[in-house]
Amino acid sequence: MAEPLIRMQNIRKSYGRVQALVDANFHVNEREIVGLLGDNGAGKSTLIKVLSGAVPLTSGDIFIRGKKVTLHSTSDAIAQGIETIYQDSALVTQLSIARNLFLGREPIKPPRFLNRMDQDAMNNVARDLLKQVGISKNIPPTTPIGSLSGGERQAVAIARAMHFDSDLIILDEPTNNLGVAETQGVLSFVRNARDSGHSCIFIAHNIHHVFQVVDRIVVMRRGKVVADDIDPKTTTVAEVERIITGMSDKEIRDAIADGKPSH
Amino acid sequence: MENHSPIQRLIARSEFGPLVLLVVEIAVFWGFNHDFLSPQNISNTLAFTVELGLIALAMTLLMTSGEFDLSVGSLFGFSPVLMWTLFNSGVTSLEMGFVIALVVAALIGLVNGWFVTQLKIPSFLVTLGMLLVVRGSALFITDGFPQRTWSAEGSWLAEALVGDFFIGPFRIYMSLFWFIAAAIALGYVLTQSRTGNWIQAAGGNPSAARARGVNVNRVKIGLFVLSSIMASLAGVISSLRTSAANPNSGTGYELEVIAMVVIGGTALTGGRGTIIGTVLGILILRVMRNGIVLIGVPGLAYNIFIGAIILGMMALHSWLERRHQAGT
Repeated sequence: MAEPLIRMQNIRKSYGRVQALVDANFHVNEREIVGLLGDNGAGKSTLIKVLSGAVPLTSGDIFIRGKKVTLHSTSDAIAQGIETIYQDSALVTQLSIARNLFLGREPIKPPRFLNRMDQDAMNNVARDLLKQVGISKNIPPTTPIGSLSGGERQAVAIARAMHFDSDLIILDEPTNNLGVAETQGVLSFVRNARDSGHSCIFIAHNIHHVFQVVDRIVVMRRGKVVADDIDPKTTTVAEVERIITGMSDKEIRDAIADGKPSH
Repeated sequence: MENHSPIQRLIARSEFGPLVLLVVEIAVFWGFNHDFLSPQNISNTLAFTVELGLIALAMTLLMTSGEFDLSVGSLFGFSPVLMWTLFNSGVTSLEMGFVIALVVAALIGLVNGWFVTQLKIPSFLVTLGMLLVVRGSALFITDGFPQRTWSAEGSWLAEALVGDFFIGPFRIYMSLFWFIAAAIALGYVLTQSRTGNWIQAAGGNPSAARARGVNVNRVKIGLFVLSSIMASLAGVISSLRTSAANPNSGTGYELEVIAMVVIGGTALTGGRGTIIGTVLGILILRVMRNGIVLIGVPGLAYNIFIGAIILGMMALHSWLERRHQAGT
């Protein structure tokens, strides 16, 4: 089998005496949406923080397309093509959609010493991206983020990750606090991102949302990955819930083996 | 949202409230006393307005980045004192004294920025401490006495900064052009340049800005330096114009300047700033100070009006902000 996009091997992370991750193994393939599930304190957030460069790991290795990498900071991770979208912290509410999309990488109009942003180019790209990510409403790219809904903000953050060629987009609770229609919108943004060649890790408390969108489910418990090959098409929500709350390894294997298609 | 008429768009701008207030203010004062719009009164009002204005322009950018600077008033007093002391004691020429005063101001700004960004101390506390250090230094250097300033005549520096001439009946100081140049340059930086985007992001959501690779600390330190240099420049200009260098001058200016900036629509919490608004804010407060004296209100009552304007404008801005958030 081809080398996965991301492979995390024997990851350990301890905060003082607390072991947040204990030899966790995790991978994401190219063009794949992985649902990461687990109870509070299972280690999901820590695993994601390690992968997004927000916290250093205690021991273990991370490989991108087979190449070992060290992630010292979030900008390191972004440079390596890993983009993490937290629901509220990713965007500057006072700035427009276009200015957020290009924050830190604004195109400059010549002559360069004037340091002038090419706002027309920014607005044009933003308009295209919003269409591409699947926002159907006609929202001008000069609209401040503050006047967008939660789902639209997620769309802008996803669009940004897509535009800057992030190979992996990590979505931390993207459907929290969203209404039904908005949730469906975000799920379709995620599918569009996958269809245009990006991989995603999707973290959500609501297992039903995860089931609707992911290709594969990974479950963590007590700092370990306890199941990493659950097919949402052949497994039921109830079975996954049982894995999350705790079963023996044998029980898990049995549950996956004779999983029936969910309705 | 895109097909609103130009008038609707004008009304929706955060500068519209201050603009209306300024127009009303001028109309009322002119109605009471026609001398209010006399060339002499306008010339006199403008002379000092642009000096405070230079500080307010830099403060606008700093506040947009989420910080503010209480040490500007003390630098306004300290820098001319330093320049004149160097000159009067024969250590340097006046021009060299001016350069040294600006360099010292830049270093003070650097220290402010370093404390705020590296030691993570709120700018309120850092610049309050710096206010006392700088004001104390000015008083210590001079023993509390004003410096001699009579020998500035004929210096090219004085000509360039405060040389005056008449356009018709209006007496214009060179400082007016420096102010206009600074307003255009900083307005450009804030709205058109890439740096302006970083300044707004640094104040609006610093962690999001950092995640995108924006060096938030460098932006803020740069703005603290700018704020100190502009306060120093304003102090020197004022001292050359009035032929005075008093170690106590500039006391309380920091609050007046911050008031000008917030009246114009810049958010005290950062993320949103407007140079046009600040220019309006500067004019609103200076016209008020001048106007109430002209129409015979005792000067001691000045602060009542200023306070009322601040409260009124804050109420207006917060109402507009809430309407904006609601998406209407």
